[in-house]
Amino acid sequence: MKMIRAISFVVSAMFFISVPLFAHHGYASYDTDKKVVLKGTVTRWIWSNPHCLVQMDVTDDNGHVVHWVAESENPSTLTRIGWTEKSLKPGDQITLTALPVKSGNPVGRIIEIVLPNGDKLTGRVNPATEVKPDDAPKP
Amino acid sequence: MLKQRKRTAQVHPEFRRASRRKFPAPLVVMAALLFSPLAHTQTDKPMSPASTKPGVDGWGHPLTTLPKDHKSAPAPAHDISGIWDAPDMSGNQVLGAKAFPDDGKPEHQLPYTALGLETLKRTKPSNGTRSVLPGDTNDPVFKNGDPQGFPREDLYELRTTQILQTPQSVVLLYQFGKIWRVIWTDGRKLPKDPEPRWFGYSVGKWLDDSTLVVETMGTDERTWIDRAGRPHSADLRVEERFHRLDRDHLELTVTIDDPKMYTKPWVALDKFVFELQPSSFDVREMIWSPSEYEEYNKLMGNTSSDRENQ
Repeated sequence: MKMIRAISFVVSAMFFISVPLFAHHGYASYDTDKKVVLKGTVTRWIWSNPHCLVQMDVTDDNGHVVHWVAESENPSTLTRIGWTEKSLKPGDQITLTALPVKSGNPVGRIIEIVLPNGDKLTGRVNPATEVKPDDAPKP
Repeated sequence: MLKQRKRTAQVHPEFRRASRRKFPAPLVVMAALLFSPLAHTQTDKPMSPASTKPGVDGWGHPLTTLPKDHKSAPAPAHDISGIWDAPDMSGNQVLGAKAFPDDGKPEHQLPYTALGLETLKRTKPSNGTRSVLPGDTNDPVFKNGDPQGFPREDLYELRTTQILQTPQSVVLLYQFGKIWRVIWTDGRKLPKDPEPRWFGYSVGKWLDDSTLVVETMGTDERTWIDRAGRPHSADLRVEERFHRLDRDHLELTVTIDDPKMYTKPWVALDKFVFELQPSSFDVREMIWSPSEYEEYNKLMGNTSSDRENQ
């Protein structure tokens, strides 16, 4: 199996003006001021509710394979923006940009996926619902 | 000014035809519609840069949209039937009721009574300013698998909604959860001291040719009003005002009245606009099954949070 390298594991300090709010989860879990860019191999594509998930193996700079999982929206939403049940399959080599979780675990929220043929799948970003709970005054 | 969709999509021939003729009075087809599949589904469209492929409906057919220069025909009288889409994910309401999102802004603070504030503090939503980690929420929908009930069905994940009419009732078929509600329009009164139900008891009355006003009570206290954990008591009364602007647009306004929890009524959804879809539009199924939710939580619910690091 071809060695997949994580070409970049970029944690940028740039601020995301548009941050997706997750239908269920944990917005509280994600570090919305950072993003990671991963190159790796899809091991599983879960097309189901409440959110679709992609599992992928990424080899870090030390040669260790890290098992990542990243979520997007539900199938109903994704079919409206060009995704399908067949968008990904095990073995696909993709570049995934995601918001990482604060805990440091290999878990993220999909911002964008670049497919092997160069096509892009974009995660939903909805400025209208942006809010940063930590910044907002408490009731 | 009503927003026009920007999505790359076809203009459905039905819209073109409809622009040259009046929308057919649907009374004839209502009986047939009643027995049509209750399948629904989904909606939305990107606010972010478009993906490289166009969206599809539940049947895999390309989404259609109104042409930019489209002029809708007048609203038919006493008729809100049709397949109504909530464009642009505008009905998601992930921060709570759209007109009062839990975003921390002073203008969105609700007029809680002392009891309302005390009850609010016991709810632990996983979104909004009071959000907790997914594993810590006591949201009855996510934690217990309860129906989200009413009025939350209007105030969270309000998506494509099919409306059917009979001489005695208006039936709403919600995409999210594949839920249906019956609004009685036969003149009956709301029941006195009824057994609570997840979706309560609803009666409707035509205010004028294009406005149906619906009153609902008898809802189950275990439900939350919205995704942000806003509470309600058994005394909750909800008014829905369906106003058909023209053939292709329907407005919904939802007002919450619960004197035990709030010092005054408040508008939770303010003139929310739906767009009529072609009658061939297939609503995608959208159900969160317990097994799928369990798998999601297994992969995401705990791994996304590391309590030792919080």
